[in-house]
Amino acid sequence: MSTIAVVGVGLAGVRAGEALRAQGHDGRLVMIGEEAVEPYDRPPLSKQVLLGTYEACDIALTDTASRAELDAEWLLGTRATAFDPVTRHLTLSDGQSLHAEGVVIATGARARTLSGVPELDSVHTLRTLDDARRLRDDLSRPGRVAVVGGGFIGAEVASAARALGHEVTIVEFEQMPLLRQLGSAAAGVLRRLHTDHGVPLVTGVSVTGLVGRDRVQAVSLSDGRSLPADVVVVGIGAVPNTEWLAGSGVALDNGVLTDEWCRTTVPGVVAAGDVAAYRCRGGRRLRIEHWTNARDMPATAARSLLATLRGEDPVEQPAHDPLPYVWSDQYDSHLQIAGRPDADDALELVSGSFDSGFVAVYRRDGAVTGVLAVDSPKEFGRLRRELRGTWATR
Amino acid sequence: MIQLCSVEELTPGTVTRIARPDLPAPLALVKVGDRVFCIDDTCSHETASLSDGWLDGHEVECPLHESRFDVRTGRPDCPPARRSIRTHAVRLVDGIVYVEESSVAAEEPAR
Repeated sequence: MSTIAVVGVGLAGVRAGEALRAQGHDGRLVMIGEEAVEPYDRPPLSKQVLLGTYEACDIALTDTASRAELDAEWLLGTRATAFDPVTRHLTLSDGQSLHAEGVVIATGARARTLSGVPELDSVHTLRTLDDARRLRDDLSRPGRVAVVGGGFIGAEVASAARALGHEVTIVEFEQMPLLRQLGSAAAGVLRRLHTDHGVPLVTGVSVTGLVGRDRVQAVSLSDGRSLPADVVVVGIGAVPNTEWLAGSGVALDNGVLTDEWCRTTVPGVVAAGDVAAYRCRGGRRLRIEHWTNARDMPATAARSLLATLRGEDPVEQPAHDPLPYVWSDQYDSHLQIAGRPDADDALELVSGSFDSGFVAVYRRDGAVTGVLAVDSPKEFGRLRRELRGTWATR
Repeated sequence: MIQLCSVEELTPGTVTRIARPDLPAPLALVKVGDRVFCIDDTCSHETASLSDGWLDGHEVECPLHESRFDVRTGRPDCPPARRSIRTHAVRLVDGIVYVEESSVAAEEPAR
């Protein structure tokens, strides 16, 4: 009876455990989670949790019934600190050693922080439930909020803070939010969403320092300006949690390198979710931090791991090659993006108008590379499906 | 019994939304073969209209986050939805679709 350890119990880890059981693993299953709380879902952290409409129980990824069905040993509040590929032992932060024939790496990513600035109480990143609670406490008092980074996290936090009545400013390094990801036409729409809701953007600047003693008072910007702020939220991306794998033989390069079947360079060790930099068809390497990837990738990882443990060739199984999909809720608008457009692909309106709800497609050399929609879920679904068809056969 | 619509108004392969002041909650109707299924139109995860979603056999995919619900049981197949949506028994009389009044009566949200 083999033991499989799932390291990390965010969405990818929980889904990996569920997939392992669903696909027939009847041996020991150990779920190792760094945080002491039951697994939870992260998308609501920057929205409903900040607004106070959801509590921890509303975002649980498991319940009594699903945990019973999973039949796993849970080591919560415990981190894996090392893995020895020869003895196949995981070292845990409480000193324990765990032998596992199979390992799923699902340690995710952590929020990137501003470097070279003092640590102050009212400066936040947002990645965990604790982060969200601390930020919510700070937002319960009146004050000016500066959001550093105009990406999805920054935009959603700005939107929530605005809804709570704060004066909010976004500081963005590029000239427009998500300019490099979505191109100028779409970035212009996102910028307008903010300004229409009374959230100005300070663009083309970076943060050079924070002013304050215990709590922040102002943000110093690269153009010499100083932006007064009582609360600062930093949303400038994430760093994969791979340090514990140093010396394990698992190849790393901005994430855990895997092939199309989620296999790492160590047999019997697979990776899924935000931490996994997988090779997709055509050899391109992608580390996708989207929720849907964390939901879907573990099925392939589990299938491939179980095949390996049975001595079969996982390459017979379907590879991981999804059509990327991400959504974001900003102010009262719902954004949906599918595909993998380049910023310089042409954006062509299909229906609606950029001033309100619309669906648009990205094209390169005539072929659709992505679909972008604001408040048009039905039409988006139709076009996403069409794109999915060409994605599978491209 | 509440009269909803005529069977002829239901196009196979699509989800028809019925929202009226006399209904406590918006409903969605699906015709598969000769049978008509009735579910709550609102996704159990977040406020999305399932009639905007995609129908594949007996499954409706939520247009926002892709959880798929079986119209026969109301059960979701994958996250983010965890809770089932309500299903309602329909009756077909002379080509008219009816739903039981008590079945669609507003209920306290599970949360």
